[in-house]
Amino acid sequence: MIATLDTIFTRHREQAGALLPILHDIQDALGYVPEEAVPLIAGQLNLSRAEVHGVISYYPHFRQTREAGHVVHLCCAEACQANGSEALAAHAAATLQGAKVTVKPVYCLGLCASGPAMQIDETRLVARVTTEKFDALMNELGARA
Amino acid sequence: MSITLYVPGDAAARALGADEVAAAIEKRAQEFGIKVHVVRNGSRGLFWLEPLVEVLTSRGRVAYGSVQAADVGSLFAANFLEGGEHPLRLGNIEAHPYLSRQQRVTLRRVGVIDPRSLSDYLAQGGGLGLAQARQLSPAAIVQAVTDSGLRGRGGAAFPTGIKWRTVLDTGADEKYIVCNADEGDSGTYSDRLLMEGDPYCLLEGMAIAGLAVGAKRGYLYVRSEYPDAIALLNAALDNAGDWLGDFQIEVRRAAGAYVCGEETALLESIEGRRGIVRSKPPLPAIAGLFGKPTVINNVITFASVPDILARGAAFYRDLGVGRSRGTLPFQLAGNLKFGGLVEVPFGSTLRELLYDYGGGSRSGRPLRAVQVGGPLGAYLPESQFDTVLDYEAFAAIGAVLGHGGIVAFDDTVDMAKQARYAMQFCAHESCGKCTPCRIGSTRGVEVIDRIRAGQREQIPLLRELCDTLTDGSLCAMGGMTPYPVLSALNHFAEDFE
Ligand SMILES: Cc1cc2nc3c(=O)[nH]c(=O)nc-3n(C[C@H](O)[C@H](O)[C@H](O)COP(=O)(O)O)c2cc1C
Ligand code: SF4
Ligand code: FES
Repeated sequence: MIATLDTIFTRHREQAGALLPILHDIQDALGYVPEEAVPLIAGQLNLSRAEVHGVISYYPHFRQTREAGHVVHLCCAEACQANGSEALAAHAAATLQGAKVTVKPVYCLGLCASGPAMQIDETRLVARVTTEKFDALMNELGARA
Repeated sequence: MSITLYVPGDAAARALGADEVAAAIEKRAQEFGIKVHVVRNGSRGLFWLEPLVEVLTSRGRVAYGSVQAADVGSLFAANFLEGGEHPLRLGNIEAHPYLSRQQRVTLRRVGVIDPRSLSDYLAQGGGLGLAQARQLSPAAIVQAVTDSGLRGRGGAAFPTGIKWRTVLDTGADEKYIVCNADEGDSGTYSDRLLMEGDPYCLLEGMAIAGLAVGAKRGYLYVRSEYPDAIALLNAALDNAGDWLGDFQIEVRRAAGAYVCGEETALLESIEGRRGIVRSKPPLPAIAGLFGKPTVINNVITFASVPDILARGAAFYRDLGVGRSRGTLPFQLAGNLKFGGLVEVPFGSTLRELLYDYGGGSRSGRPLRAVQVGGPLGAYLPESQFDTVLDYEAFAAIGAVLGHGGIVAFDDTVDMAKQARYAMQFCAHESCGKCTPCRIGSTRGVEVIDRIRAGQREQIPLLRELCDTLTDGSLCAMGGMTPYPVLSALNHFAEDFE
């Protein structure tokens, strides 16, 4: 971890307002922002630990623990509500009990003409998600035993 | 000779299978020994037709849609590489009534060009605004923007020229240009379409702003939910060479907080702090990023500027109605058959967009409520569908155009539930600085729950809470949450019985 952090700190040495870019790089590299990184970031940027903590906890994107399995973000904002996102979320909750998938809400993915929309592991977007399409994707992920 | 094809690399097209289609086409072509060049263009914004594949033939571009990977075999069999007949064949997509009736100005290149190619951009009329601006004095650039009547497209519709004038007139050793690409409003995606389909247009607009006010550095703050847009902007910057002169742009990734779309919270975030809204004054134009005079504008605002410089302020001002000049890229979303991007001059009606373009509901049921302008915008009932799309006409009925998002609901919608959602969204996204917004919104959720449980006598309390939010909020997060709540209550009272 130390080597990773050093590389990241070097990359951002000259940057004004480097805290968010540094946190992003750490989370991209390690999958989360470990507790042990906080004092090092604070030292690097001349901030208190509390300030760094405050920023990490303020932004929903940053997490301090590793995700256990796959993460599915279901859009539950208005345009997807209008196309049945609630029923989809209920279906997900009912069918994924005990599965290796965490379902989380997200407020708009910018696919609002093609809802309901979802995102898998923060990389893959899927639009016009029906329950059939959802089930097929979950099987593909090996989400269900 | 290779054959050029266009398969959108836009996030919405990819979410509907465009990558698989592109791969299937390349594989099949290789099997047949045909050389193809697949351009990953932006989306033309006709989402029910995505993935929309276009083939460049001797008779122009021929479109097929919506294409799935499984269709590729039959497309080859139908000789689609020469524009052959096929059930999915649409012909020249620009002749499609959905596009031919629009007046695309700002987004005219989106879906047409290769977004990664500066030379493609320049060949399609890009760059002329920047070249023109380089011939003008800063004051003359600001004057052109002022004369065009352009108002900010991020929501508040503040005159762009006045903002730029303030920054120009404020002396400082350093100034900044900041682009607000946080696009958090549900039902909006025009910023995304532009960034993924024509990123150089945005970069050009920011560079012109730099010349206008004397700034050498720009920041582009993009929401983290848009990784494709971030990658494309960085690729475009890498390929820009010295085209932007000494103007430098840095892309910043946001981190999932809706309120960071508010301009001062956004500045806090770039500076490396929690996205808490700043009190005004000072205006960002006087003391903004790192305390320096800062122009902060929305993506579409900046992207409108190159044309204003290249084609003249009058060209832009002559479009539109009243004090709403130019065009607005409306975004049809939610329960509509033909959801998509419709760029037209101000002055048409909501009904035209919903029915002539949107084709009515996707579900086949009657449309009942339409939310315009994002989660802080009002819900409009059928009786208001004839309202003219211009900022003042919407203000007159207690609504907003905002960023131009239009979210349609059919008659299965429960408006008391939508009102509850608006309050809950406010509670969830509040930056926490003002008590009414932080606490009052949670109270609002509870009160609506009681009303929905049959306690009608709580309705006056809900109205009082809304008044407190309107009067006691520093920014529009708390200040405008009453728009969706009260419009639901006033226009759809039966849902609160
Ligand atoms: C809660 C909140 C969220 C906002 N989100 C955005 C946004 O995502 N994008 C945007 O351009 N403006 C947003 N705004 C408006 C900005 O504060 C600001 O008015 C805008 O960036 C100015 O640019 P413009 O004049 O070009 O519209 C938001 C405002 C509030 C109060
Ligand atoms: S209204 Fe809400 S979001 Fe805006 S400054 Fe106050 S607490 Fe923050
Ligand atoms: S509301 Fe779901 S993608 Fe925009």
